[in-house]
Amino acid sequence: MTLSPMETAAAKTPDSMAKRIRGLSDRTIAWIFVAPTIFLLLAVNIFPLIWTIRLSFTNFRVNRPNNDVEWVGLRNYERILTDPDVWNTMQATAHFLIWTIALQVLIGFALAYLINKKFKGNDMWTTIIVFPMMLSPAVVGNFWTFLYQPQIGLFNYVVAFFTGADPASFSMIGDVHLAPWAIVIADTWMWTPFVMLICLAGLRSIPDSIYEAAECDRASKWRQFWTITIPMALPFLMLAVLFRGIENFKMFDLVVQLTGGGPGNTTTLTSIDLKREAFEKWRTGYSSAYAVILFVTVFGLASIYVKALNKVKER
Amino acid sequence: MSFSVTEPTKGTKWFAGILVIGYACITLVPLLWIIATGFKSPADSIAYPPVVVFEPTLEGYVNLFTERTRATPDMLEAAGEPDTWYDAIVQERGTVISGPSRYGERFLNSVIIGFGSTFLCMVLGTMAAYAFSRFKVPLKDDLLFFILSTRMMPPIAVAIPIFLMFRNLGLNDTHLGMILLYTAVNLSLSVWLLKGFIDEIPIEYEEAALIDGYTRFQAFYKVVLPQAATGIASTAIFCLIFAWNEYAFAVLLTSGTAQTAPPFIPTIIGTSGKDWPAVAAGATIFLVPVMVFTILLRKHLLRGITFGAVRK
Repeated sequence: MTLSPMETAAAKTPDSMAKRIRGLSDRTIAWIFVAPTIFLLLAVNIFPLIWTIRLSFTNFRVNRPNNDVEWVGLRNYERILTDPDVWNTMQATAHFLIWTIALQVLIGFALAYLINKKFKGNDMWTTIIVFPMMLSPAVVGNFWTFLYQPQIGLFNYVVAFFTGADPASFSMIGDVHLAPWAIVIADTWMWTPFVMLICLAGLRSIPDSIYEAAECDRASKWRQFWTITIPMALPFLMLAVLFRGIENFKMFDLVVQLTGGGPGNTTTLTSIDLKREAFEKWRTGYSSAYAVILFVTVFGLASIYVKALNKVKER
Repeated sequence: MSFSVTEPTKGTKWFAGILVIGYACITLVPLLWIIATGFKSPADSIAYPPVVVFEPTLEGYVNLFTERTRATPDMLEAAGEPDTWYDAIVQERGTVISGPSRYGERFLNSVIIGFGSTFLCMVLGTMAAYAFSRFKVPLKDDLLFFILSTRMMPPIAVAIPIFLMFRNLGLNDTHLGMILLYTAVNLSLSVWLLKGFIDEIPIEYEEAALIDGYTRFQAFYKVVLPQAATGIASTAIFCLIFAWNEYAFAVLLTSGTAQTAPPFIPTIIGTSGKDWPAVAAGATIFLVPVMVFTILLRKHLLRGITFGAVRK
């Protein structure tokens, strides 16, 4: 390798002088550049997390700061895990998670598959379909309560129009059996485009040559779909499920505005329950333990899932 | 005529197009309904069957921006001819304007906190992303994963200690507190995205600049930043949209001075029952800018929503 005159000169320059010429060393700059980010994340994420873990072993209550704070060991955890209400909440969350993911994957993949047929104007329609997911879930959720009004709501009117039922006879957010579906419908409307976008990227990543080869081998379209399209899009689909799973496990804004967790506790997802314990009942220690359990659950499930995802990718 | 076995037939294209456009139209209905309701009179907004054709009025917008009190006929008489068009709308309902509503302030808070946190996030995020992209940072992969994992925590779970911490520092319900919080939340996304964008800039450009006698720092802002401008801009819009839409932290940590629009819009109520046209008007003003940004962003959408995990 030959050195340019400039590099030769640079190599001959003593270190101390090089520093003066070049300013700070790379190592120092790297630290100066990374430090503020790490500091802010430590202050706003890790420090609070550690504080939460510490509080979870106490009976501290924010609204009674003068009470003695007692160390209660694992009692908070024990109470949460044996509380039937918490398990009901978990069930509501599971129902919400399973159905939203199933519907969004199904509709999202179908849409992506159709858009990938590259009809005229598909870009414009894709952008339009994406609108709901970019909007504020709280504001949108609040407006969905209007669409769900018995009698005057547009949703009830449309359903009544197609089924012949009386639009005043059912209330999506007032009925114990319908409310869990009301939040599934609103969430599916909002987040299907997300799954669609990821699936679309997956479908577009499949090279044409594979289909051409299959065509030469006289594989039917049906066979091509199951042996090429699905396996090659699978890692993307799984990624979409991961993102939606994490997001919907944390779900708060849309549902709290739509149903507020009601009627009864039928749509009280874990985040909503946690918010009640922490900011309405002010059971700080108890809710800290609750938060830790949720965090461990998300983190644990996500890491197992990522391992599975990597295995699929390797294939 | 060129022929490709992978090119869908004309019939398939038509079929696919009709289905997708059908879905798009259904998905648009709730959004169009929000916009339409904003221009309805209260009676039209709760009419049965729902009205599609109606006489548009700005009453919802007037109600959104004003506080009104009921006036007796004598008082209305004494007030005389309405001075402005919005006075006229209000007086027709037997009320007078008693002052501006809180919506203006809340909207302004959203703007301040949104742009403030986006700016700070871009400054810190670009610096960190550059360092992760170009330098040997010890424990690089661990740090990057740590940054990503901060996004997995449910906001409510970290809200308890943040609430306590902010209270001790006097940051509860302040613009600064919310800006710092949203910056921290958005940093994960911006570092990951920006690292991807900077990785794509050939390192030769900087080396050339360094040989020409630029310092590292000069090379960073004279060579790398202009090259990464598009990436930075699209990342910024993502951060802005997140801060704009955020609800959980806003509702828990703000109540007055620094409250943003999302916790406020659902609390809009009229003199008798919920004033849906006003709610819809507030929502429209709040949501339409995001739709415009979405159109601008469409090429970068995928990268942004997947933390750069998927590139188109």
